Amino acid sequence: MAQEHAAPIHGKDEGTTTGLSHRKMLMWAFLGSDCMFFGSLIATYLVYQGKSLEGPLPIDVFDIPVTSISTFVLLMSSMSMVLAYSALTKNNMKGFRIWLISTAIMGATFIGFQVYEFSSFANHHVEIDCVSPGELTKYEQHIFDDGCSSGEAHAESHEGLKPQTNLFGTTFYTLTGFHGAHVTLGIVWLLSLLLLSFKKGVITPEKNLDVDLAALYWHFVDVVWIVIFTVVYLFGVFPGF
Amino acid sequence: MSTFPISIPRPVHPTGIWGWFTTVDHKRIGILYGVTAFIMFLTGGVEAILMRVQLAGPELDIVSAAVFNQLFTMHGTTMIFLAVMPLSAAFFNFIIPLQIGARDVAFPRLNAFSYWTFLAGALMLKLSWIGGATDAGWFGYAPLTSVAQNPGTGIDFWIISLQILGIASLAASFNFIVTVINMRAPGMTMMRLPLFTWMSFITAILLVLAFPVITVALIELTFDRYFMFNFFNVANGGSVVLWQHLFWVFGHPEVYILILPAMGIVSEVLPVFSKKPLFGYKTVVLAGIIIAFMGWMVWSHHMFTVGLGAVANAVFTVTTMLIAVPTGIKVFNWLGTIWGGSIRFTTPMLFSIGFIAMFLMGGISGVMHAVSPSDAQQQDTYFIPAHLHYVLFGGAIMGILSGIFYWFPKYSGKMYSERQGKISFWLIMIGQNVTFFPMHFVGLDGMPRRIYTYADNMGWNFWNGVTTGGAFILVLGFLLVLDNIGRHWKNGEPAPSDPWDARTLEWSIPSPPPEYNFKEIPIVRSLDDWWATKQGGANKEVPASGGSEENGHDIHLPQPSYWPFVSAAGLLIAAYGVVFNDLLIPWGLAAIGLTIGFVGVYAWSLEPVNDPEEEDSTH
Amino acid sequence: MSQELSEEEHTGHPTAGQYFRIAVILCAITAVEIGIFYLEVIGHWMIPILFTLSAGKFALVAMYYMHLKFDHNLFSYMFVGGFILAACVISFLILLFGVYS
Ligand code: HEM
Ligand SMILES: [Cu+2]
Repeated sequence: MAQEHAAPIHGKDEGTTTGLSHRKMLMWAFLGSDCMFFGSLIATYLVYQGKSLEGPLPIDVFDIPVTSISTFVLLMSSMSMVLAYSALTKNNMKGFRIWLISTAIMGATFIGFQVYEFSSFANHHVEIDCVSPGELTKYEQHIFDDGCSSGEAHAESHEGLKPQTNLFGTTFYTLTGFHGAHVTLGIVWLLSLLLLSFKKGVITPEKNLDVDLAALYWHFVDVVWIVIFTVVYLFGVFPGF
Repeated sequence: MSTFPISIPRPVHPTGIWGWFTTVDHKRIGILYGVTAFIMFLTGGVEAILMRVQLAGPELDIVSAAVFNQLFTMHGTTMIFLAVMPLSAAFFNFIIPLQIGARDVAFPRLNAFSYWTFLAGALMLKLSWIGGATDAGWFGYAPLTSVAQNPGTGIDFWIISLQILGIASLAASFNFIVTVINMRAPGMTMMRLPLFTWMSFITAILLVLAFPVITVALIELTFDRYFMFNFFNVANGGSVVLWQHLFWVFGHPEVYILILPAMGIVSEVLPVFSKKPLFGYKTVVLAGIIIAFMGWMVWSHHMFTVGLGAVANAVFTVTTMLIAVPTGIKVFNWLGTIWGGSIRFTTPMLFSIGFIAMFLMGGISGVMHAVSPSDAQQQDTYFIPAHLHYVLFGGAIMGILSGIFYWFPKYSGKMYSERQGKISFWLIMIGQNVTFFPMHFVGLDGMPRRIYTYADNMGWNFWNGVTTGGAFILVLGFLLVLDNIGRHWKNGEPAPSDPWDARTLEWSIPSPPPEYNFKEIPIVRSLDDWWATKQGGANKEVPASGGSEENGHDIHLPQPSYWPFVSAAGLLIAAYGVVFNDLLIPWGLAAIGLTIGFVGVYAWSLEPVNDPEEEDSTH
Repeated sequence: MSQELSEEEHTGHPTAGQYFRIAVILCAITAVEIGIFYLEVIGHWMIPILFTLSAGKFALVAMYYMHLKFDHNLFSYMFVGGFILAACVISFLILLFGVYS
């Protein structure tokens, strides 16, 4: 017991007081801290909810079916990640690499969706038939009032939602943008691991900590999205909110 | 273990100046931290003196109003982020591994990275004097920080340097959390940890939870300034009060980050020089934990006059008054420790006793403005600087000075001059009361804080003159401290390993400690184990586990590395690139800096853990 | 679902099949969330319901995919501590700003 603790080299599990790996503990401490990071961003989003002075508002731009698909992709990437880790511990290097690549691809798909979403929000434009406008949101009503006053057939707005447009744009792009940045970093990390796995003896069933840590990070980014999807997207469109 | 062909070999035992750049030895990093932070402390002192000269009498015109604003902002930011925090970090680095019986911290290279990043942030902030420093107060309230109000680069420098300092502090805190949990010697249970280590551990936990909040607030401010976002833009519905909330959600835990390490130092010094164990060890630990916990529930006491409403003000009044209770408990524990002891009035002991008295007064004025109706009178007057200097100068700085002298033999291997130390104590003790006590009076007389001058007929002349006089007594005191440390570090008497007949493990090894700290990792059997060992007559140098062939040469220490320095340098370049983002290519410099940082981090993570030659001879 | 998942408590880490089953549950919850979302009759109950469902997803990922259930408790304390603090800060700020009052 005593002699084990004398091992001064860091990173060796047996040499630590608790028997836990230094690096894994660091990772968990970091994730706990990162909760406060996203917590502050979410808090900002929520205290400004409904305080935008003008549109477009969530209800004008959100497309829940599309976001549902990207949410689904990210959830599945988490499964893929955990399967990669599982394959590695069973010494199935091929399975490991396949699942790792598929995780990265799904992550990239998610980012692709986000890019699409951002650009479609930014280019959001509304066209309203002045004669039979149908059911209008507050923002559309506003455009209707502005554009249909002097007998035109159509009212339109090409303003779109940019971060500078209103509080919703500011808080929405910042929150989801930082989440996207986390995902992007995760993809770089996974691809680095993939490259490393071709070097002999770096990533083995026993030496799986590197993969374990990347996986923790990846799942964390996934759970943050679970929160964002509900709080930002679903609640955002909910009329009673 | 295979090494990567792509990786550059690690530096092997570099010496001289290069050795300092690549060092990962926690003791050397501690000294780097300490020296840098002390220099920063002096620069903050110069800023303070300039302010006091300007305020010495009514309607003086020594510095302009604009420069005065920069002075108080830079003074506050410097003292908090570049002086008190890194001075505490210097002790974390040097002392914690020694107190828990470890040979280094959990992540030695990350530790080096923390230091170099801290230095980068410090340079960034201080060099912003060229071209106009930040002037919106250390808490940078919106909208004073908006581009419209403040178009220069001062605020940008402030934002980015705080972000960099945040990275440094976060990295260090993660490191120390893992170190304390995971690097303790056998038998060193959590409830046998020396109190300094305990309080530092709590500080690190507070820090990793509090800093992300200010990080986000600063990011939001950055986006507002650089990209016209609306976070604090009232014209588009933004709320300046949100900044205040985010700042103080961070800010109040931050004041405990500043004071807890000093409390830890005092809890080490008092028992040693009273020849008694700390009175109520468990209570002190518990009080520390409760303070850390409750520190999250009081932030709006900085916002009593914002208009949060009666309910919010009442709630935060109550929580703020409650948090004084665990603080008071500690004071009683310290008094109980001295009570009936055979006291030796050495310099560190004097500073610790001074700490108790001064901190108590700061706590009392704290409770005074914890009462929100009363705070309506005090908020934004000189009464607040009076409070914060009693807790931060009388508290944190006195505690740190106590530590500087207490551990001087350990880190320098020399003895300081006790006579000179005592004189400097009395100068500082008298000086601070002459400086800060009158601030209570002018504050209650209605003198606002942060004004660059005042009219002749306000009745504030006398006490302002006294305050300025006190500041010069303080200067004298610190010059003596500086001389004492500097001169004796070079050619003082060599220090024995345990000059104070102390209680904790760092005194069981030579002064200064060898690179590997402990020849044999100690086995801890009780609280204050070194004391117990001395009392029991057992000699720690002969390990209980029997002889071992290990000697200084076979002990494997983490190898030096270039990459922490390179990564931090990349960060500094990137930071300048963000402030001057239209230099040549837009954002070009930032991209270069980030690339260097990335290369540094990659090379760092691919670097072999130990150098190959030594690898062969292991196990 | 607790029945399905109970077996691996004895065997340490879950098997690939179990990971897959959790993924199915996660997808099912997401589907339910989106389904509920379109049921306007639910009215204000929507918020607590959606909240609970996403909390369930969060917990599943944290416990099984991130192995918190099988690892040392210390890791759970570190993560849950940060999480709870963040949740409290968010709630208090919402209260102080009176967003929904
Ligand atoms: C007994 C415990 C304490 C209580 C009840 C207390 C209470 C307060 C209150 C109510 C304020 C706001 C006053 C105002 O702006 O109107 C304040 C300000 C301040 N306190 Fe304390 N405090 C305590 C301990 C501390 C400690 C230990 C520190 C730091 C080591 C500290 C540092 C500060 C600072 C720096 C400010 C001024 C911030 C600024 O406006 O620039 N306090 N305190
Ligand atoms: Cu406070």
